[in-house]
Amino acid sequence: MQFMLLFSRQGKLRLQKWYVPQADKEKKKITRELVQTVLARKPKMCSFLEWRDLKVVYKRYASLYFCCAIEDQDNELITLEIIHRYVELLDKYFGSVCELDIIFNFEKAYFILDEFLLGGEAQETSKKNVLKAIEQADLLQESETTFASSCVKLIL
Amino acid sequence: MSPSVRLQEMIRVIRGARTQGEERGVIQRECAAIRAQFRQADNGTRSHNLAKLLYVHMLGYPAHFGQMECVRLIASPRYNEKRVGYLGAMMLLDEKQDASLLITNSIKNDLSHNSQYVQSLALCTLACMGSAEMCRDLAPEIDRLLRASNSYIKKKAALCAVHIVRKVPDLGELFTPAARSLLCEKNHGVLHGAVVLITELCERNPDTLEQFRKVVPELVQIMKGLVMSGYSPEHNVAGISDPFLQVRILRLLRILGRNNDTASDAMNDLLAQVATNTDSSKTAGSAVLYETVLTVMDIKSESGLRVLAVNILGRFLLNNDRNIRYISMTSLQKIVQTDHNAVQRHRGTIVDCLKDQDASVKRRALELSLALVSAVNIRSLMKELLLFLSSCPPELRAHTTSGIFNAAERYAPSQRWHIDTILHVLTTAGGDVRDETVPNLIQLITTATELHCYTVHKLYRALITDISVQSLVQVACWCIGEYGDLLLRGECEETEPVQVTEDDVLDALETVLQSHMSSPATRGFALTATMKLSTRITHNVDRIRSIVSIYGSCIDVELQQRAVEYNALFKKYDHMRYRGSVCGAPSVIAKLPEYLLGGSGEPVPSSGLSHTVPGPATSTSGGDLLDLLGGLDVSPGE
Repeated sequence: MQFMLLFSRQGKLRLQKWYVPQADKEKKKITRELVQTVLARKPKMCSFLEWRDLKVVYKRYASLYFCCAIEDQDNELITLEIIHRYVELLDKYFGSVCELDIIFNFEKAYFILDEFLLGGEAQETSKKNVLKAIEQADLLQESETTFASSCVKLIL
Repeated sequence: MSPSVRLQEMIRVIRGARTQGEERGVIQRECAAIRAQFRQADNGTRSHNLAKLLYVHMLGYPAHFGQMECVRLIASPRYNEKRVGYLGAMMLLDEKQDASLLITNSIKNDLSHNSQYVQSLALCTLACMGSAEMCRDLAPEIDRLLRASNSYIKKKAALCAVHIVRKVPDLGELFTPAARSLLCEKNHGVLHGAVVLITELCERNPDTLEQFRKVVPELVQIMKGLVMSGYSPEHNVAGISDPFLQVRILRLLRILGRNNDTASDAMNDLLAQVATNTDSSKTAGSAVLYETVLTVMDIKSESGLRVLAVNILGRFLLNNDRNIRYISMTSLQKIVQTDHNAVQRHRGTIVDCLKDQDASVKRRALELSLALVSAVNIRSLMKELLLFLSSCPPELRAHTTSGIFNAAERYAPSQRWHIDTILHVLTTAGGDVRDETVPNLIQLITTATELHCYTVHKLYRALITDISVQSLVQVACWCIGEYGDLLLRGECEETEPVQVTEDDVLDALETVLQSHMSSPATRGFALTATMKLSTRITHNVDRIRSIVSIYGSCIDVELQQRAVEYNALFKKYDHMRYRGSVCGAPSVIAKLPEYLLGGSGEPVPSSGLSHTVPGPATSTSGGDLLDLLGGLDVSPGE
């Protein structure tokens, strides 16, 4: 996978993950053009399109578009499954996820993505294992914060 | 107040801004505050400030002043600071930024951290944005982790190695031994990573590919295990056991079996098994089947297996899911040359897809249909293509007409069919045809001598119906000029003849000449045709003479020149008009652009003619005149 974009029906970007190096200006240009192209598609059209020299796979979930640019040899249908798996993970984590969850907790959305995909490829095919890892990482973060604040209390 | 709420509070405030200007104001204030905070000593809020900055960055605002903060946070001993620091690095730093090198040392340290979650952050970041230099530095660390760590880390190290190999292909050799041993792992995540890594190594190095051919039996075993295993809740997706892993294994098998009989044999049974047993009612199953088909078609498989694969694609064509239909046609396109007959069997379904709502599906169906045209199916397939042309989306019209013409040229069962087809296309989509269509059609008509009568009657009818399509009008004018006598005779065997008078015909040509829809080139055709008719009609020569002289003062230079020269023919060279005219001219000067095909008559004594006639401003009009007179030695078609 070269990159993944999440954007709303109004074209607002909610998440962008780039797996190939691109200048900031180029990223903006690509994002703008691709978002326009995808938003112009009608609901019944197929989820695949050829854009520049890439294959693009996208799917709309409620008010969010999930859009991936993959390479020529990549399997479009399994990419749809990857998108679906990511949505399932978000759903399980946030409990019935909606766009606002992703807006206000964008860093969590990234952390979850980074436990599922690495360098543009799936790293863990078991939903359970991904969620477990996130849970543990969150606990580690929690324990540090509470430890730090309890240290402060002790000192005071 | 918990620091995370401060981030969410900022997001709320930004979203509450009613105008772009207001938003900019809020963000400027926040960024100023963040900048100030960055400069201060550590006060426990650094990670939250960076998170705020990352949000602002996602909205499209500049955030480069956060780069050094990322570096600092990554070096922090606290997990939550590292977490946000690494996230920031992946978002703000890429290999083009100098600051990215500064984190190499932190990554190195974190790769050996005693918490696997910290190791994970380092691995993820390296795999996402590691430059070639960083990769070279850290490759030995990754190799170490590939061999000796838990599954959680191994699976990440494998994909990190993939990134390293993509950046620095030479390092592939370093990872080959470890990759090999990872195949023995049971953990799906590790297996998946291993297969991806091996695929990458084999694609880049033919020696490595040779080596890994030996593991084909092992891969076959793993696949068998997945396909035959009972329900495994952890990896099940819509009844398929770990489709992600299955797809990657199939892809690796494809690379290993390509051009190699032994390897292909070893996987033959497995592929047949997967192809037959995989339930394709949901996307997961279809994804596996799709990959299987790609593999079967690319390796040296038995013919039975190939037929099975093509049949799967045929089934996909009938699937309700448009995505599956699209995928099927993409795959069929790849194999239509090599497995032509197998694909032909599904021609009916492919042609039906021409009527699909989705433009991408239509385009694929068009490509495939054109590739499937053959001498056997040309008549029926052309009917479908012509039907498609009448309702096809505008962006596909030029391609369709082009394809139809090529197909007609190659497989036309008869000249009459060929001419009819071209005329049909011109009537339906004459504005979207290539420029050479007109001379090509003229040449075709000329050679079909028995059909001159038929053609001129048909074209006359077309002309009086509609003069907006330039290409059609041009050919019609030429034809009338050339075979006007056949038209006037009022008899035709092949079609219902029109009964017209000379005045009717001249009316038609004059309408073209005067219409604002006619392009200059079209007018030229019409004028020349009118001129040519002067040799074929008996009663209205004066009318022609007057038309021609009117255009002698036409504002269009090309037309004017022509008219003047024709006028000269009338005046001084009236006796020449009949000799050297195109009556009964058999041969065609091939590929002359525009309107003066129609050949040379008997050679006319040239003597002073070419000198007394006003020299042509453009070579074509010179050629015209001389062609009319015929036989002079002039190179055609400039």
